[in-house]
Amino acid sequence: MLLFTLLIPFIAAIILLFIKNSKAANIAAISFSAFTLSIVLCIVFTKTTNIDLAWLPQLNSRFLLQADGLAKILLLLTAISFPAILIATAHNQLKNKHIFLSLMLFTQTGLTGVFLAGDALLFYFFWELALIPVYFLCSIWGGEKRIAVTFKFFIYTFLGSLFMLIGIILLYTNTPDHSFAIESFKHATLTSAQQMTAFVLFFIAFAIKMPIFPLHTWQPDAYEQSPTAVTMVLSAVMVKMGLYGVIRWLLPLFPAAAKTASVFIIDISVVGVLYASFIAIRQDDMKRLIAYSSIAHIGLMSAALFTQNEIGMQGVLVQLFSHGINVLGLWIVADIIEQQTGTRSMKHLGGLAKKQPTLAILFIGFALANIALPLTNAFVGEFLMFNSLFQFNPWVALAAGISIVVAAIYTLNMVQKVAYGEVSEMTSTMQAPNKYAQAVLIVLLIVVFFTGIYPQPLFNLTADTLQNLFC
Amino acid sequence: MNAIIISALFGVIMMFCSWGVKSASTQKNVALIGLIVLILANLSQQNGWYVLDIDTKGMLSFSRFGLYANLLLFMLTLLYTWINGDEIAKVGNNAGDYYALFFFILCGVSILTSFDNLIMLFIGIEILSIPLYILTGADKKNLFSNEAALKYFLMGSFSTGILLLGITLIYGATGSFHLTAPVINASTGLAKEQFLLSGGLLLIFAAMNFKVSAAPFHFWTPDVYDGAPTVFTSFMATIVKAAAFIAFFTVFETQAKALGYSWGIILPIVIILTLLVGNITAVFQRSVKRMLAYSSIAQAGFMLFALYGKSEFATEGILLYAVVYSLATIGVFAVLVKMKEHSFEAFNGLGKSQPMIAFTTTIFLCSLAGIPITGGFFAKYYMLNALYVSGAGLWLLITAILFAAISVFYYFKLIQAMYFSAGEPAMNEIDKTYQYKLLLIAIILLVIGVLPSVLFNYLYF
Repeated sequence: MLLFTLLIPFIAAIILLFIKNSKAANIAAISFSAFTLSIVLCIVFTKTTNIDLAWLPQLNSRFLLQADGLAKILLLLTAISFPAILIATAHNQLKNKHIFLSLMLFTQTGLTGVFLAGDALLFYFFWELALIPVYFLCSIWGGEKRIAVTFKFFIYTFLGSLFMLIGIILLYTNTPDHSFAIESFKHATLTSAQQMTAFVLFFIAFAIKMPIFPLHTWQPDAYEQSPTAVTMVLSAVMVKMGLYGVIRWLLPLFPAAAKTASVFIIDISVVGVLYASFIAIRQDDMKRLIAYSSIAHIGLMSAALFTQNEIGMQGVLVQLFSHGINVLGLWIVADIIEQQTGTRSMKHLGGLAKKQPTLAILFIGFALANIALPLTNAFVGEFLMFNSLFQFNPWVALAAGISIVVAAIYTLNMVQKVAYGEVSEMTSTMQAPNKYAQAVLIVLLIVVFFTGIYPQPLFNLTADTLQNLFC
Repeated sequence: MNAIIISALFGVIMMFCSWGVKSASTQKNVALIGLIVLILANLSQQNGWYVLDIDTKGMLSFSRFGLYANLLLFMLTLLYTWINGDEIAKVGNNAGDYYALFFFILCGVSILTSFDNLIMLFIGIEILSIPLYILTGADKKNLFSNEAALKYFLMGSFSTGILLLGITLIYGATGSFHLTAPVINASTGLAKEQFLLSGGLLLIFAAMNFKVSAAPFHFWTPDVYDGAPTVFTSFMATIVKAAAFIAFFTVFETQAKALGYSWGIILPIVIILTLLVGNITAVFQRSVKRMLAYSSIAQAGFMLFALYGKSEFATEGILLYAVVYSLATIGVFAVLVKMKEHSFEAFNGLGKSQPMIAFTTTIFLCSLAGIPITGGFFAKYYMLNALYVSGAGLWLLITAILFAAISVFYYFKLIQAMYFSAGEPAMNEIDKTYQYKLLLIAIILLVIGVLPSVLFNYLYF
């Protein structure tokens, strides 16, 4: 089963290279990703067996795929995001659409692999594999400044992952049985200095990917310049790679070092949260606003992770999924607006509620989720995360709490400028709404409110990960 | 032994062939047959069957490692000749001569993979170098080619002189030319005649650094690589360099111990200098050919990691690195040969007009940069692991990866030119078969990138 989640997008990506007709390519890509989703749903609701195949006998590295609650929830997020993104952006005109779609599905393969790999070398492999197609996607189909911006993004993350590679070498050499399996890594004999070094090496890679202040500088530019479909992948799924790395590798492997470093990391995370929130207020470009708001949310998750208490961890596990869904919804709305009016600048927008009431309602729904209002899914996660931060240090929780207020300011400001007011010149050119995109939005909004009112399924799903981490 | 005899023999055959056969394609085919015979001869020796069973009195010893290195280098030459045959014929008047020189170089290669005596090292280096001086100047009417050949010859012979002096000093210290591990006095930590011995080793170290173009002995490389006809640069930068590295590795695998802790100071200095000079200078190049020359210096810096200490990773890694680096470089040069000019701008728009070529070039460049699913990743991985296992500090590894990240910068500059800059590429006509040949190299790199163990299995069975 697990192998299929990797193989289907991979094979589909190869097939797509040869489907020149863009309409047929769209249909093929969507149906393959929907097929993957159905398999992932099976995996999520049933017990799965690990895949363990020989890979590199000399190095004692194995092709090991395993799925626990953490992997499943992210697998689910990936599998939901891709069909949603592909359907919502199906009407966007791009040249060589089939290659675009093919690269998207290669990205999906890489991401799925990252979340399933139980072997460090394999993890590293997929970690890079997810990045390379994104590099080409952004550089070919992105905005005006795409080449320089994407290159910055690429070099940043590539350098980060090279640091991780050294960390892997350090651990591998010190494992008792010279193996890359995560279980052997846990038994590596390290001095406390070595453990700290390895922790830092891994952390740099994850911090760049998340990104945590001050390593976040690639992100707003990259989000702004990427084609929107790719921005959705980046912010809904790809940033989760960093958080996933922390939960799966960093905390279990270096518990002592993580304790030592936690104060520092929580502090910079909270600084990052505030910094990004305040910058978001001043943004006029919708894409940049959502990008900064995303940095703030991720920073909060990273802070909650390093408190290393059970409540915070539970909150993060839920929020990993919720944040992905919310931000995806916001991006899709932003994309529809941009496609139809030709602008993302909030100065030139206004009156969406009069022109397209359905879209405006959906937009407001996701905006409320972005503020983490009760009844929305983000509330569940954020409540738990703030709880853990409060237990860690009330002052830190207070500082981070300011970000909630600020989030309300900038999100509602965006809603006000885009949805209400006089119908602006740009908005008045909007055509009839895109039915498919709206259908996707409705489905996502249902998920938002369902998991907001009844989050128990998500708790159940991730129970085993929590148990492993804290028992 | 088989390989040394057969390669010398085919060198002579090719000389007559260039005199008797005028058709370039026939000459190429004879050369290809010669290479296949050479490979078969080497394979048969690997399985214990000899053409001539000569007692070399300990001058040569045929290890599993050496023979396997031979096999890989011969196969690379076969691939190189098969791809570049037509371009070789376009240089100068008579391609047969060049094939003859190739076979003599391969004779030198097979000595360098199996010497057990410093005299044989010297002879191997000379047999390898002299045909190279000629190949560099093969484009007789081109002034740059002449200049490059002269420069290479003068500096090359000077460095060989240094090598010889080093060998002499070692003979003075130990009374033997044999590559036996130095005996170290446990109480003083010094070998007999430590001063002479380390002086000799350092001179050999300098000379070998020259041959593999490591800083600060790299100054000839950009000019020679740039001046030589592009097809021959490709040969020089790959197979010849790999052979020189294997010789370098063999000498210092046993002898480094004599240098004691100073080895741990000298080598990192050379490594960092090489990485620094190669990578930083490559960033500023405007000609792809010169960029590749500097990149080959930078890659040499990575290969030097294998010398740091003895380990499984070093032995396997140096073969893997040599093969992967050679494949990718042969590929890039095979594309470069078809360009009308060598600037980065010449590649503009290649992704659109020649998607297959652009795709394969991307794979080659990714491999050189060490990105996963291409062979370059595992090559770099093995080298880093070798360095760590043999006790180098983490700071050296971190320096290395910083430079690896810089290397992405200039390799991707070419990818950006191909895919993201509009324009008409300045490229000669390319037929379909040539594209498939390039695709074959790309596929080999991808296979090694996913399953590098295919290369090593033979070392153990």
